[in-house]
Amino acid sequence: MMTLTALLGALELGTIYAILALGVFLSFRTLNMPDLTVDGSIVTGMAVSAVMCATGVNPFISLLCAFAAGSAAGLVTGILHTRLKIQAILAGILVMLASYSVNLRIMGKTPNIPLTKSETVYKMADRILPPKYSGIILGVIVLAAVIAVLYLFLQTRIGFVFRATGDNEDMVRAAGVSGENMKLLGLALSNGLVGLAGGMLAQNQAFADISSGTGMMVIGLASVILGEVVFGTSTLLRRLISAALGAVLYRIIISQALYLGMESSDLKLVSAVIVAAALYLGLLGERGAKIRRKRGQNGKAASNT
Amino acid sequence: MEKLLQIHNLKKVFGAGTINEKTAIRDLSLELSAGDFLTVIGNNGAGKSTLLNCIAGVFPADEGEILLDGRNITKMPEYKRAAYIGRVFQDPLKGTAFDMTIEENLAIAAAKGKCRGLQPGITRADKKEFREKLASLGMELEDKMTQKVKLLSGGQRQALTLFMAVIAEPELLLLDEHTAALDPAAAEKVLSLTEEFAYGKKMCTLMITHNMKDSLHYGNRTILMQDGKIVMDLEGEDRKNMTVEKLVEKFSIDNDRMLL
Repeated sequence: MMTLTALLGALELGTIYAILALGVFLSFRTLNMPDLTVDGSIVTGMAVSAVMCATGVNPFISLLCAFAAGSAAGLVTGILHTRLKIQAILAGILVMLASYSVNLRIMGKTPNIPLTKSETVYKMADRILPPKYSGIILGVIVLAAVIAVLYLFLQTRIGFVFRATGDNEDMVRAAGVSGENMKLLGLALSNGLVGLAGGMLAQNQAFADISSGTGMMVIGLASVILGEVVFGTSTLLRRLISAALGAVLYRIIISQALYLGMESSDLKLVSAVIVAAALYLGLLGERGAKIRRKRGQNGKAASNT
Repeated sequence: MEKLLQIHNLKKVFGAGTINEKTAIRDLSLELSAGDFLTVIGNNGAGKSTLLNCIAGVFPADEGEILLDGRNITKMPEYKRAAYIGRVFQDPLKGTAFDMTIEENLAIAAAKGKCRGLQPGITRADKKEFREKLASLGMELEDKMTQKVKLLSGGQRQALTLFMAVIAEPELLLLDEHTAALDPAAAEKVLSLTEEFAYGKKMCTLMITHNMKDSLHYGNRTILMQDGKIVMDLEGEDRKNMTVEKLVEKFSIDNDRMLL
């Protein structure tokens, strides 16, 4: 088993990736839409946050701006999808592609911004908390706040309709709400969270890199599905927490694999395999539940169908 | 008295200018008052569903205009007119968000036409009200308020959808063969609920059915559509004296399903 330091590192990163996973949860599960904008918007968040930190802006404010910048990317995808009627997945790919250029411009045309000499939220936390755990504590606080806000939002009137959009857009329209506007809102919110995760990540690793977005959507997806399989989906709050814990678990698995001697260059392959396996496991889980239900209430099931 | 629903010279063509051009509705006019319950019959392809979809705004009308309570809704987007219109589809899966609970579905339907912001999605008072109203349906739904809709049977789901369609008291209720996918017992239950709602509130109802007996038994007016036009309009005494046999004789309807 890996060392305690490595485990703490995995947990710390896990709290950041949990925010990414919640963003992916919103688009993939709630809107039922695979959104590839994520690979671009996470770098947008990194870039904005890093540039602002490097120029001496308060790092917390830079995180808010990272959220806003991510939302803007999501909004563009949403407009391409709902107004120009481009397929969701293609709209995401287009924005992902375009965001590479935009991100480079934000970063002042350098592919890498170091933050070693700049103030970051993690350095601030180090000064007031025990340094060994400060990153985790900070991450947990931000994550808890994100989950709380998200949970409360999904319990509002507009949150109800938003959740119904991925289930049944016809029903949402019949209830007098534009499903398209809900998708815009959802993509903005989802990519906003992804941008926030990007901002945290840049400050945590003390640099922003133009190429670090590749595969982030898949990582988010892996976390969401892993969380669902391991921690369950019975209630809304549980689903949010499952997605977050799934991200933490994912980081632990990865760092254990690295500890066992996996080449870090094989990471993306492993991520893809985990997603494929988890999707299949999720399917198995559904089938299992169906069989269990049938066995449990054989007579009832017959009269219901 | 001003009619609640007025349709003037409605026309709808699909695939205009192509070899597949099909005129689904030709020059159709129809007026309904509040309290009217119209049943619509006709063969497949007669334009019944297209008519309902044009009224609901799923398809834009090519010509003509639709007025609801004096408002011209011909060009209004679907989701905006939904504020005045309740709808139930044939497919029981189409009317509800399957991964949400019964009470959450009801809350979405009940908030129709109201401001949707950051208010709580469902309050304790809402839950109490929903529970009482659900109990009056007699579908045993009131004890399943926190269950996900996907666990309900087709009949329960359709009764719920119907209830959701009328909960915000629309001016118009559109039913597109909403009992076709149900077993006879469930269908009868849903139809009697339909009648209760249709006469209980101040609105008018359009119901498409493939069952000729139902078309004469329910409602106060029946139209037969053929090839995008209304070819028969029965009301009052004429309708009372009409029987399924006479209908068949008169229009040689070649669909066995309609006799049942």
